[in-house]
Amino acid sequence: MFPKECRYAETHEWARPEKEANIVTVGITGFAVEQLGDIVYLELPKVGAKVQKGSSLGMVESVKATSELYAPVSGEVAEVNSDISNNLEIFKSDPYGKAWLLKIKASDKKELDSLMDAETYEKQLEGH
Amino acid sequence: MKLIFEKSVPGRRGVKPPISDVPSSAALDKKLLREKPATLPELGELDVVRHFTELSRRNFGVDTNFYPLGSCTMKYNPKVTELVASSPNFTSLHPLLPQIPTGDKLTQGALQVLYEMDSLLREITGMAAFSMQPMAGAHGELTGIMIISAYHKAKGNVKDTILIPDSAHGTNPASASIGGYHVKTIPSNENGYMDMDALKEALHDHVAGLMLTCPDTLGIFNPRIKEICDLVHSVDGLVYYDGANLNAIVGKARPSDFGFDIVHLNLHKTFATPHGAGGPGSGPVGVVQKLVDFLPISVVVKKKDGTFSLEYDRPKTIGYIAPFYGNFAIILRAYAYILMLGRIGLERVSENAVLNANYIKEKLKPYFDLPYPQLCKHECVFSASRQNQYGVHALDIAKGLIDAGFHPPTIYFPLIVKEALMIEPTETESKETIDAFIDAMIELAKVAETEPEKLKAAPLTSPVGRLDETAAARNPNLACLR
Amino acid sequence: MPFIANTDQQRKEMLAELGLTMEGLFADIPKQLRCKPLNLPQPLSEQQLREHMTALGAKNSAGLTYFLGGGFYDHFIPAAVDAITSRSEFYTAYTPYQPEISQGTLQAIYEYQSTICRLTEMEVANASLYDGGTAIYEAVTMAIQVTGRNKVIIDDSVNPIYRVMLESYTRNLRIDHERTQNTDGLTNHRQICSNIDEHTAAVVVQNPNFFGFADDFTDIAHAAHEKGALLIVSCYPISLGILKTPGSMGADIVTGEGQSLGLPLSFGGPYLGIIASREKYVRKMPGRLVGQTTDNRGQRGFVLTLQTREQHIRRDKATSNICTNESLCALRALVYLTLLGKEGLRETAQLCADKASYAFKRLTAIPSVKPRFNSKNFFNEFVVELPKPTGQIIPKMLEQGIAAGFPLSKYYKNMENSLLVAVTEKNTKQQIDKLAQILEACL
Repeated sequence: MFPKECRYAETHEWARPEKEANIVTVGITGFAVEQLGDIVYLELPKVGAKVQKGSSLGMVESVKATSELYAPVSGEVAEVNSDISNNLEIFKSDPYGKAWLLKIKASDKKELDSLMDAETYEKQLEGH
Repeated sequence: MKLIFEKSVPGRRGVKPPISDVPSSAALDKKLLREKPATLPELGELDVVRHFTELSRRNFGVDTNFYPLGSCTMKYNPKVTELVASSPNFTSLHPLLPQIPTGDKLTQGALQVLYEMDSLLREITGMAAFSMQPMAGAHGELTGIMIISAYHKAKGNVKDTILIPDSAHGTNPASASIGGYHVKTIPSNENGYMDMDALKEALHDHVAGLMLTCPDTLGIFNPRIKEICDLVHSVDGLVYYDGANLNAIVGKARPSDFGFDIVHLNLHKTFATPHGAGGPGSGPVGVVQKLVDFLPISVVVKKKDGTFSLEYDRPKTIGYIAPFYGNFAIILRAYAYILMLGRIGLERVSENAVLNANYIKEKLKPYFDLPYPQLCKHECVFSASRQNQYGVHALDIAKGLIDAGFHPPTIYFPLIVKEALMIEPTETESKETIDAFIDAMIELAKVAETEPEKLKAAPLTSPVGRLDETAAARNPNLACLR
Repeated sequence: MPFIANTDQQRKEMLAELGLTMEGLFADIPKQLRCKPLNLPQPLSEQQLREHMTALGAKNSAGLTYFLGGGFYDHFIPAAVDAITSRSEFYTAYTPYQPEISQGTLQAIYEYQSTICRLTEMEVANASLYDGGTAIYEAVTMAIQVTGRNKVIIDDSVNPIYRVMLESYTRNLRIDHERTQNTDGLTNHRQICSNIDEHTAAVVVQNPNFFGFADDFTDIAHAAHEKGALLIVSCYPISLGILKTPGSMGADIVTGEGQSLGLPLSFGGPYLGIIASREKYVRKMPGRLVGQTTDNRGQRGFVLTLQTREQHIRRDKATSNICTNESLCALRALVYLTLLGKEGLRETAQLCADKASYAFKRLTAIPSVKPRFNSKNFFNEFVVELPKPTGQIIPKMLEQGIAAGFPLSKYYKNMENSLLVAVTEKNTKQQIDKLAQILEACL
């Protein structure tokens, strides 16, 4: 159900290590998208911003809720998806692909190990 | 229907001011003037009257429909209160009059209303003194939070947290947060009561207070309320009463007896002033004796000669919450309402409100999930969970009710009930109206089961159908500027 | 019992169906928490109530001629304003959370928001706040959230009541207030501009200011923006019939008191808090916003939008705690402005300015009465210096049925003899002449 290449935070962000050295792509999971409903607005950090694992990166706003976005790893924001704000519908169809939010140049790739793998994340959601 | 700007015709005039009767013209520098007049629409009086009359006919109001919005107390707004509040003997009074030398002599009637209202509300709640300044319930909450801060500051207490139940109305944590406090949420247990263990665990020396409504937003009265207040007092915390649900107990019980230190009332709920499509309201705040010195200024006092005036000399006051004395015209309406009801009338209010709510609860019980089956007070909370199996949600039930001619109850609140439907009939509704509502709800439960698509398509008879809220939030269009 | 619908018989039936007694309905309240019967007066019938209220009303002086302003003005209210806003479909409705049956309210608020934007030349306005004073507080909060800074510069020519309110609200928050001092009654541009620094969240000024002077704050807007701060201008809506708009000066947030737009003075309320801003700050805007959209039948419609900012969703992270606002007052303002229209508002504002100019000439023609300040750029309010303390003169004028003005000594030092005189389109030439005549006699 959830892509195996990604790791998952309790706060429903996914993190995917890329082939380029230390780049981790970040987005929100299909579960989060379902819970939020139609997404209407994004508040994302600027390129170059330094982030700490667990700290707030920005916000995802839907019609009925506003949800904080938390950094799954520490590092520096290398790239932000500039197309997504014009194409918010894409969260529903491609949350792990075109709906990526930002790329972080991770300072310590080992932080990914403390996140959940796809199977664990799915199991954890069974409680909801 | 067109926007008013779309009806504008260049050169058309509505109400014209008189021609100037003075020889002077103002001497203002040209660079201080606007280049072009504001692009207000140009309409005749009939255009304006027709436009707004047509708009009004696209609304539901208490005067047109049963409006059982839980937590809002949509009771009938007596027309006599509108009449007395519109008297020029009150509406023409400039608020600065009692603040200029001998000006208070000219506003004795108005000052008397404020003074007597204080007395009436003291008696109704058991509090030692009131301020009429807060202009809404949430405004009262913020005032209460400020009084809590002032109290602790004066005592040298270090307090940073306010406790709030998970069932609370959103204004409670918002007010606490804006007042500079950290909010800690106390869960409710499976019976709908505050989890006492969680409360005890959360009560440490840094707790400034607890905000509570009673009965709570589930419509349930917690019999351990005094114990809760005592516990908070044991850490020198103050307990704040959100008076939104006073309609359930007015005349029968007083928040002071439960142990509350600060109370706000919603005059636009319990005391029948109109909701005005969102306001104005009025949220007077009452306090126990030890907090009286902190109340906002000015204070209306009665002098030895029996006349009324304003006093400002309150060194411990939290300051000015409103520009003047509160929403006076609203206070006036509530004052008139209380005088018409008297003691016996107010007792009948809570009796009938509670009877009507329990009647609905029992009759709808077989058809909708009732998460908390015990005796309720003035409102009851159902869940549309049972209907989910047909793909029907609380929202769909609400839209179906519109086609049946009823304003829907509050939905999705309190947050601790999934698919919540919060129904508050109030005492001003008749058995016939309530029976008709019950029949409509039962019918909806049937339709949910047999023809859910019908509910998904509702409402069909309203001026507009379901609206695209996603588009509205993605591309906000908040003004027509051309 | 008034307003209670059910008869004894109906109650009996309902209780029987529940298998309860009336006492049983309150069995969940512990006996020791039940109160004794309240000590309240006997109920009044409608007739008795009206007699009582008439007697109370008679203890107020309703027929005064007002030259008293101070931010709240006796303007003319067209009859259609009351006629329209007393339609119970408007005033007995609730907040429009069910938009399909609230299009009356929602479209009216959208039109109100639009009208405020057109008046102030700003991009977005909300559905109302409580009053002009809390509006300044909310604007300051917005600026603090936007900039992440905590210093506010506010000139003492801003309404003193609003300044006390702001200080009261922010007492427990770590906000640094810097007060600049008016120069000869004018907002102190120089001091403000030199005080703006990288810690400044906002500058707050008023137009016309409390002493009545119209101004142009474009230079302050530049100075603020250069340092990343916001300009907040508190305005008097009627004056915008002729005065330069805060939008064109470069203001970031505009606030104001809407009482002058068709709301009676009403001894202090309800009033109307106006707030408008640049579009980019809309998500930090407090209170309700109505937006346009379409329905499932392809029709234009209106809904409450960007609700996730508000308390009922965001709770402790909300931009404000406001829930009930001044919706019906906003409707009054909208109706007033549409009845007057483009030309009517301009003419009304011009009348206020012209009559104030005439009153100024008549009063300062009295030998012992001088203008307190040099500038002649006042809108509809000005300050005269009397030869005696205002405390002695005002009572004598009141005895003659004239509220001559506001004694500035209540809020400002060294102004014991200074009187703030306001004039509106309601003041006739005869009233102004009488004011001058009686003032001269009282001195």
